[in-house]
Order: sequence, then structure tokens, then C-alpha cells
Amino acid sequence: MRPVLLSTAAALAVLAATALPASAETIVGLVTKTNNNPFFAKMKEGAEAKAKELGVTLSSFAGKYDGDNDGQVAAVESLIAAGAKGILITPSDTKAIVPTIQKARDAGILVIALDTPLDPIDAADATFATDNFKAGVLIGEWAAKTLGDEAANAKIAFLDALETQPTVDVLRDQGFMQGFGIDIKEPHRYGEEDDPRIVGHQWGEGAEEGGRTGMENLLQKDPDTNVVYTINEPTAAGAYEALKAFGVEGQVLMTSVDGGCPGVRNVQAGVIGATSMQFPLKMAALGVEAVAKFAEDGSKPEPTPGLDFYDTGVELVTDKPVDGLESITSEEALKLCWG
Amino acid sequence: MASTSQQAHVSFDEERRTPLKRFQQFLHANPTTIPFIVLALSIALFSAIVGGRFFHPFNLSLVLQQVTIIAILGTAQTLIILTAGIDLSVGAIMVLSSVVMGRLAVLAGLPVPLAFMLGLLVGVACGLLNGFLVARLKLPPFIVTLGTWSIFGALNLWYSASQTIRQQEVAEAAPFLQFTGTAFNFLGARITLGSILMLIIAAFIWYLLNRTAFGRHVHATGDDPEAAKLAGINVTGTLIAVYTLAGFICSVAAWALIGRIGAISSISGATANLDSITAVVIGGTSLFGGRGSIIGTLVGALIVGVFRNGLALAGADSLWQEFAIGLLIIVAVAIDQWIRKVSA
Amino acid sequence: MNQTEQNTHAPVGVAPILQARNLVKRYGHVVAIDHAEFELYPGEILAVIGDNGAGKSSMIKALTGALRPDAGEILLEGRRVEFDSPLAARAAGIETVYQNLALSPALSIADNIFLGRERRSEGFLGKYFRKLDRDYMRKEARKHLNALGLLTIQNIDQPVETLSGGQRQGVAIARAVAFGSRVVIMDEPTAALGVKESRKVLDLILDVKRRGLPIVLISHNMPHVFEIADRIHIHRLGRRACVIRPQDYSMSDAVAIMTGAKEAPVH
Repeated sequence: MRPVLLSTAAALAVLAATALPASAETIVGLVTKTNNNPFFAKMKEGAEAKAKELGVTLSSFAGKYDGDNDGQVAAVESLIAAGAKGILITPSDTKAIVPTIQKARDAGILVIALDTPLDPIDAADATFATDNFKAGVLIGEWAAKTLGDEAANAKIAFLDALETQPTVDVLRDQGFMQGFGIDIKEPHRYGEEDDPRIVGHQWGEGAEEGGRTGMENLLQKDPDTNVVYTINEPTAAGAYEALKAFGVEGQVLMTSVDGGCPGVRNVQAGVIGATSMQFPLKMAALGVEAVAKFAEDGSKPEPTPGLDFYDTGVELVTDKPVDGLESITSEEALKLCWG
Repeated sequence: MASTSQQAHVSFDEERRTPLKRFQQFLHANPTTIPFIVLALSIALFSAIVGGRFFHPFNLSLVLQQVTIIAILGTAQTLIILTAGIDLSVGAIMVLSSVVMGRLAVLAGLPVPLAFMLGLLVGVACGLLNGFLVARLKLPPFIVTLGTWSIFGALNLWYSASQTIRQQEVAEAAPFLQFTGTAFNFLGARITLGSILMLIIAAFIWYLLNRTAFGRHVHATGDDPEAAKLAGINVTGTLIAVYTLAGFICSVAAWALIGRIGAISSISGATANLDSITAVVIGGTSLFGGRGSIIGTLVGALIVGVFRNGLALAGADSLWQEFAIGLLIIVAVAIDQWIRKVSA
Repeated sequence: MNQTEQNTHAPVGVAPILQARNLVKRYGHVVAIDHAEFELYPGEILAVIGDNGAGKSSMIKALTGALRPDAGEILLEGRRVEFDSPLAARAAGIETVYQNLALSPALSIADNIFLGRERRSEGFLGKYFRKLDRDYMRKEARKHLNALGLLTIQNIDQPVETLSGGQRQGVAIARAVAFGSRVVIMDEPTAALGVKESRKVLDLILDVKRRGLPIVLISHNMPHVFEIADRIHIHRLGRRACVIRPQDYSMSDAVAIMTGAKEAPVH
């Protein structure tokens, strides 16, 4: 995988396509949040494989950092200019990108949001995503059921991503609370709940160092913490280092979301108790398929019944299954994981 | 101001001074005073708000652990800012070095000492490139390191393929890389070797800056490069040495990083460059070069750590952490400007 | 006019310590130095005056290694020298006190005096850890300042930027004479100073002269020049117009020669 070279190549491909508007090939644009996340790398891999199979051209772009809206706007504009048939995008700023997306749709381009829905969700023609709320609910239920009656006395630390509370951050966090049996009150924000079992929220920027620092601070706040929710698996790995340093790794249930291969191996190693696995490869592959079909007969993909997006699925991964909650083992998950 | 500057020219003799002026001159002679005062006040403040949980050797040593990486990068950043430069690539160099150490030792199966040395070498090479572009090609440091920040970041993504090497894998194949994470108890505090490493680096750089000719040349180069040149200092060589040394320190920070997070992660250190600059500025080092201190930077890093930890323990929303730190930066720079007017 | 026939009021039977012969420097069609002559004799203060654009600073730059002449030669104590940088000139014993002083404001007085010529400690620490001998440098710096009568400076560790303009000039001059130099060139040493401080600096220059060091003083300030110079080199149109003694001419005559209002004297 060489994201930089690929995006350079993609930019060149778009330039070439711009120069030759008469070209009959079907261009599919893929615009991810960043280059440096294995999740998006996997997404690109899935899109590339599918594009090759269907004989369409894939042009990939990425923002410079998570939250880089300008970079994504520029990417979408380039794709409009290049005459793309469809754009697959994981929006960094779910609201700010909407006018640009509208321009693309006005130009007759099929726009599909991957992983992260736009706000409003119908700003895109379709959304292929993990049900992040459900992903949270699964690990929340798992933690509650594992604790059994003790769940009433749990002390829960939340290691979220960013203070700005992006949608995914909120959905997973609130899903976990719901699954665990906490009154989430306002569902579009976390941090305003008053359940005494909540130790506090810290922000780890989705990386190990932030996970460790956040965990240390929450352990200082309440050394009896025994349940930890983490936004993703690198955060969980960092948090585990803090638990080890405090000598309390044995007393804590660690939960996470993602299903990256290092994360799944951490489930196997007992670092993470349970994680909700999502399927980026599938999202991207389905997206490319949808664009190819749209180019052929003009039909647009339909959402999953009962939801306003197409659910690409989520699986609970744990080696300590609980009754009444479907899950797969880390062994099985290793065959499905990404990154 | 006009009247004071006139005064300065009239006489060789000591002038009469107002108390404020005397305070200004005291700060001028002892620029780390303010950071120390701020650190003491913030510790007192959080001890009052949070209570014994904050002002406990264990928690204070935890703050030390939390600021270790930024403080190490801060010493590198101090060297560069003393020459009136800036280095936006410190975090990227650190992560690239850590990825090189980790992948060579764990995945490529190289002998660990060799992988470690190669990781250090990568840091040195990155610093040398920065230094060459700044000193030889005379490009502005901000632009050079803005560029190399991207370049080193891209090399990191390419080489690591965005893959994380898990803590357990590192522990199995190359425990030496996690050595800096080893901790011991000392009077109720828990000190990691990474923090000790930070102190050793800081002491080394302090010695270099304050007790060797090279240190004088670094100050003079940042103060007034033309004057330094006329005084016979090899300004180009000094700059290249400073950037290279900074690169080396970043690669040592990589070791501390691996010790802290256990794993080899290509997504670490995203904001480390700005955090290190924050520590340097709050520590009283002037962005205009020539004046500042390593001790100030350590104190600056601790101030940031105390605010983050203290506000977290107090249960405050983290946006107030950012708010407070932003305020500190502006106050620090304003004070620096005021102190500099002593010479006007 | 044949320059070699001018009466330069040179002391009889003494060889110049620093001399330039037939110096030429052109920038395209512009001739900055036009076959200029220059002599400085041991123990004297030679003032160099000239209108702006007369090319005196080009000539001084050639003497201090900041500029390489196209033709002509420079002799130091009778030996031909070629300087490719100010450092080379300094190494040969020609010290310059620049108008901007070339001091490092945030460094201490002692550090500035030894800047670029630091001294390491004896023994192990100095040899292997490159430790500076700060005590020695402080003591020496203090000694040099004292020797020049700069006793009002109390703290040798005080940053140069906290000093007054005159004091800074003093530090720069102390640095110039501290390292066994043979010639000191001073560029407008009193230009930025008030009356009282100028007085001090002029006394300092005379002090340096008393110690036997020859001085080249570049200045626009006629009263200062006429007060302390032994001879006055008047530069005009890229070359030496004449050398006069201050006791033979008035300041207004000197200015007139400088600007071309009056013919240069031929004796």
C-alpha cells in the first residue's frame, strides 16, 4: 500500500481524464478522511479490487487530517471537473461538505457516503455505513451482561475521540450507554448524562498516546474504574498500558469498536474484552458496484429496510461470549478483520 | 518608551529606575521566573480545587510521565527556536524513527540494537536535511519544516503501511524498545525510565548551551546572525548542527514514545509539533531567537501537563484546558515582548 | 595628478603598518575604487573622511577582507596579503569595530568579548567535554575593560543589550584590542551616541592609541576627527584626494576638499 503514490497517481489520472473529456470510461471517485488510517486504507483496497473487477477507473483522494473539509471540497470539485460518474466519500465535516456534494449531484453524479452519513443524511443519494449506534449498543450490552448484577455498581470510563464530538464519536458513545442501560438523555451529545456510574470522558484523538493519558487521568479520578469504553482499538491499546502501569488491568472490562486486525489480536490476547467489528472493504466494494450499476442503467441503491442508510453490518467480537448476545470469536474475526 | 530610550543613550552611569522597570530587568536577567511562578500557582490552584488526589506524589509523577515525550521534543524545539527558527517536523521525525525501529526489529527481524541505531540514524538524517535546507539553501525554517513535516509523514505512511505493531509483538521480539516504559517507585511517586531519559537529555542540552562554545554560538546565531558572522562564528555550520542534533533528540523521543504506548503506531504524535512549541513558548523562550532556556521548556511542558491533568481530575470540560493553554501562550509571548523592550 | 607625489605627512623613516597600492574595484561601469592609495603608520590615528558615495567604505571593505579588489595590492607590515573574508583579515591582526558593533545583544559582556574565540577549560572536562573556562574569560574580560577605563560596568555577566550605546561601543572596542591585534579599524564609533557618551568613546580611542595600536577612524563628525586624528585621509571620487594634518587646515577647508569645492592641496 502506498497511499501517497496512489493519491498522486489518482490526481494524475483525474488530470488526464480532464484533458480528455471524450473518454468513455467510468470514473469512480473515492474521497476518504485521511490517508494514515488503516480503515481507509482497507476501504481503498476494497474499492480498487472491485473497480478492477468491473473495469471502471478509480480516482482516490484523502484529506490531510481528520476534519480537513477544504481538502475534501477540492477533491470533489476535481472529480466533478473530471466527469466522474459517482463519488464515494467519507465526509470529515458532515455538514460543511453538503453544498459541494449538492454541486456534484446537480452535475448528475451519484454520491454515496461511506462509513459516515452526511448531515442531513439524504444529502447523499445513498449511505453505506456501519450502524455505529448499534456497534456501541453491542459492546455496552456485552459489558452489562458480563458484569451481571454488578453492573449497577459499575464505574465506567469513556475514552472518546475529539472534544468537537463528531457524529461517529457520539453514536458509538451513546450506543454503548444505551446498551449498558444508562439514560442517554440528549442523544446528539455525550457528557450531559448524570448517571453516577460514569467516571468521566477523556479525549484520546483515536490514538494510543491519547488513550493512555486519558485513562491515567480517569484512573486518578476514580481508581475503582472497572469498565472502559474506547472509541477505537488504538485508544484501547493505549488505555491498557495505563491499566497495566496502575496494576489494575485484571479488574477492568475493556470495550472498543472497529475490528482492525491488531484490535482483534488484542481481543485474543485479552487486552480488549469485546469489540464491534465493521466492514470497510465491503462498504467500498458495494459503493463501486452501485456506481457501476448507476452508470449502466441509472438506478440508485436502496437503504436497508427500517433504516435511512444501507447497513453494511457489524459483528461483536469476543472470546467471552454472553447469553443472548450473538458474537464471533477472535479466531473467526481474524479472517474478516482489516488493517 | 521614547523617554526611556533617550535615557539609555545619555549616560554610562546607572539610571534611576521605577519598580516596574526594575522588575522588568529582573525578568530579563531571570526569564524562567515567570514559568516557575505559573507552575507553582497552577499546582496550588489544582491542589485547592481537587484536593489531595491532585497534590500527591503519584499523581504529580503521572503528570511527569504524561509530559515526557513533549518535553523531550521541546528540548529539540528549544535548540531550534534559540536560532530564531522553528521545527514543525519534530513529531513526524519521532514517529518515523519509532516506526523504523519497530518494523526493522519486529517485522524484519534485525538485531534489536541495529534496528535501534538505524532508527536513531533516520532521525539524524531528517534533522540534517532540515539543517541543510535552512542553512545552505537559506530557506525559511517555517517553510522547510512545513515541507519536511509532510515528507516525513508520507514516508512514515509508506513504510508503515499504516499498520500498528502491537504491544505484545514488540514485547516478544524487541523488549529493549519498550525499556523506557520501565517504572519504579520512589517516595510514593512512580517514575519511568522515559522521564529519567528526558532529564538526562535536558541536562545534556543545558550543558551544551550554557557551558560550551557551541552553546554561545547557538545563542549568537539566533540573536543576530550578521553580528555572529562578523564575530567569526560559522553560522551555517552552527545551524546545520542544531537541526541535526534536534533530529537526533526526536529519534530518542521515539524510544520514549514506544516505552509509553508499548506499541509501534504510525498515527502517534499528530499534534506533537505544536505541543512542543507551546511548551517552549510558555517556558519563556523567545520566538525571535537568542534567548530562552531548557529549564524553562521543561517547566513549560509541566505547566501544560498540570493544566490537562488538573482540569481532568476536577471534571472540567476539556475545552477549558485548551482555553487555558491558549491564554498561557499569549501571556507568555506578551511578557517576552515586554522583557525584550529592556534593550530598546 | 600623480598620487605618489602627494605629501602625505608620513613620518620620516618609518614603514607603514598597513598599506594599499593602486586598488581598483569596478561594478560594471561604476568604479567604486579608482587606483586608491592608503597608508597607516604605527601608533597613529588616521581619520578617513569622504562624502557619501566617495568610495571610502569600499576601500575600507577591501582592507578588512569584506570585498576583493580587482587590482592593486594590500601590504601588512610590508608583506603582501590577500583576504578572502573578514575572518582572514582578523586572523592577520586587522580588527574592525563595525558600526552596528557586531555584538550579540542577549549574550553577556564576557561572552561577547570572547565570541568566536572562546577558551576551554584545562584538563579533562575541557578536552573531552569541551567545557568553557568561564572564570578565565570573565577575569580576562574584566581586565580588558579595566585597561580601557571602562570601570562603570559593574557586572561582567550582564547582557550587552542592557548597556547604554556608549558602553556597548566600549565592549566592542575592548574586544577589538583584546586579542593581540595590530590594526584597529573603527567605523563611525560616535555616530549613534549623545554628547557625553561620545566624549567617553573618544577618550577610549585615545587610550587605545596610547597602548601603541594604530587606528583607522572612519567618521563624518568633523569636530571628533579634528580632535583626535594625527592625519586625515580625504577620499573623493574613488581615490585619495590628499592627506592633511588637522593643525594645517580648518574643518570647513576639509569639507570643501571632500566635496570638491576646493582643490586638494599639492605640496
